[in-house]
Amino acid sequence: MPVTSEKIMQRLLLAVAFSALSALLLIAVFIISQGLPFIFRYGFREFLFSSQWNPQAGKFGIFPMVVSTLWVTLGAMAIGAPLGVAGAVFLTEFVPRTVMRIIKPSIELLAGIPSVVYGFIGVMVLAPLIRDHLGGPGLSLLAGSIILGIMILPTIISISIDSIMAVPKSYREGSLALGATVWQTVRMVTLPAARSGIAASIILAMGRAVGETMAVIMVTGNSVKIPGSALEPVRTLTANIALEMGYATGMHRQALFATGVVLFVVIMILNFSASYVMRQRKARR
Amino acid sequence: MDQKIEIKDLDLFYGSFQALKAVSMPVYDRQITALIGPSGCGKSTLLRCLNRMNDLISEVRITGRALLDGVNIYDRSTDVEGLRKRVGMVFQRPNPFPLPIYENVVYGLRVAGENDKKTLDQTAEKSLKAAWLWDQLKDKLHQPAISLPLDQQQRLCLARLLAVEPEVILMDEPCSSLDPIATAKVEELMLELKKDYTIVIVTHNMQQAARVSDFSGYMLLGEMIEFGETKTLFTNPSQKLTEDYITGRFG
Repeated sequence: MPVTSEKIMQRLLLAVAFSALSALLLIAVFIISQGLPFIFRYGFREFLFSSQWNPQAGKFGIFPMVVSTLWVTLGAMAIGAPLGVAGAVFLTEFVPRTVMRIIKPSIELLAGIPSVVYGFIGVMVLAPLIRDHLGGPGLSLLAGSIILGIMILPTIISISIDSIMAVPKSYREGSLALGATVWQTVRMVTLPAARSGIAASIILAMGRAVGETMAVIMVTGNSVKIPGSALEPVRTLTANIALEMGYATGMHRQALFATGVVLFVVIMILNFSASYVMRQRKARR
Repeated sequence: MDQKIEIKDLDLFYGSFQALKAVSMPVYDRQITALIGPSGCGKSTLLRCLNRMNDLISEVRITGRALLDGVNIYDRSTDVEGLRKRVGMVFQRPNPFPLPIYENVVYGLRVAGENDKKTLDQTAEKSLKAAWLWDQLKDKLHQPAISLPLDQQQRLCLARLLAVEPEVILMDEPCSSLDPIATAKVEELMLELKKDYTIVIVTHNMQQAARVSDFSGYMLLGEMIEFGETKTLFTNPSQKLTEDYITGRFG
């Protein structure tokens, strides 16, 4: 009797585990089947590298969105990565563990705030600030980068903290015992030893930044054009899908799915490289 | 014989637990002093008091004094980084940094702001020679230190320390992860280094203390039970507790 129930449970859990996997597979297959034929029909080069996005006229060039996504993401990384890594260093090396145990979960709470709330704060506070002090319409590439830079902090800080804490204590002791200061130890020993984990945190954060939609739609202004400066409005790939999916039909609809394919591939590449970097570290130990 | 370090009535508390109880002992200049005693007796803790490595642990409280050349290292005005350059440490497990061999050796100099290539090269060679590693390692200075065998790693840690020219070398069971041949080599090296350096070694291995040290202190439960010349302590201890330990009746 116990043996059969064991077997039943095993099968059941297997089925549950596979349902998650099959959801991923179904999504992937669906997006690709809807989007890929369009890319081939329309022409890969034309689709990715033409600047004409005019669905009514049958023009589907996503190049401005690709460039905008790239800039918004890079901007977010330029803000979020140094802040996040510095925060992780501060919390692991410069404050007592008890303080870190309070602050780290609070930072992780940032990840739980709905992205629409970030967008709302961006619209109400950040955009007016940019408009009044730097010029432009306020809703801009810069606003998107700042909001995303904050949104990716929990990812960077919490994974960086884990990888800095995984650096053996004996490295730190060895360095301090040679008369190094804490900061010298961080710079010359701890950070180099933790660099693969930190790199992985940054790559994962990039994946989040590329895929973020709601907050970005709310603060970036959404005009389809290649931005000439950080103060101009832009539209990202994700925003493009979300804004137009509601009324798109036919070729237009397929073009949006094709945009999804591009995003899917980019994020897959980022996630795979993050886990590759992490594995490198484990293999070295 | 000059006293290099003098420990006076040192108490150390981890929170409410007292790990060292009114410990007093001398450390003589250019001699090897061994600290022996069973696990948990406080010998490593005492050793780490001498370069203030216990500062790294929160909730540690220390009272009493430890004088280095007559100056209390627990004065508020002590430059702790400067102290650690004068009183260096070799740890129980070899802990080379995940850097090339060369960078490990010159680490202390880089930390001190030395960047002149020639000085660094010269010091690296001199220190590796002093730790008997130069001949084996001179052609692979840019390989990672972690790939070396353990005994070479440990002597690399010693070389890294010699590069900053400390006055005192603290060794926390430096041979516990080495085989007997490598251990013999480190012991021989210690006797050589004694000419220029004051050495304090914590060891589990009583034979090792008897072989290399000039003075020994026997500790038990945070107290210094007996301190004296190694010869006397091992052949004619004055305390019953010491005798029980070195004859193997206890510990």
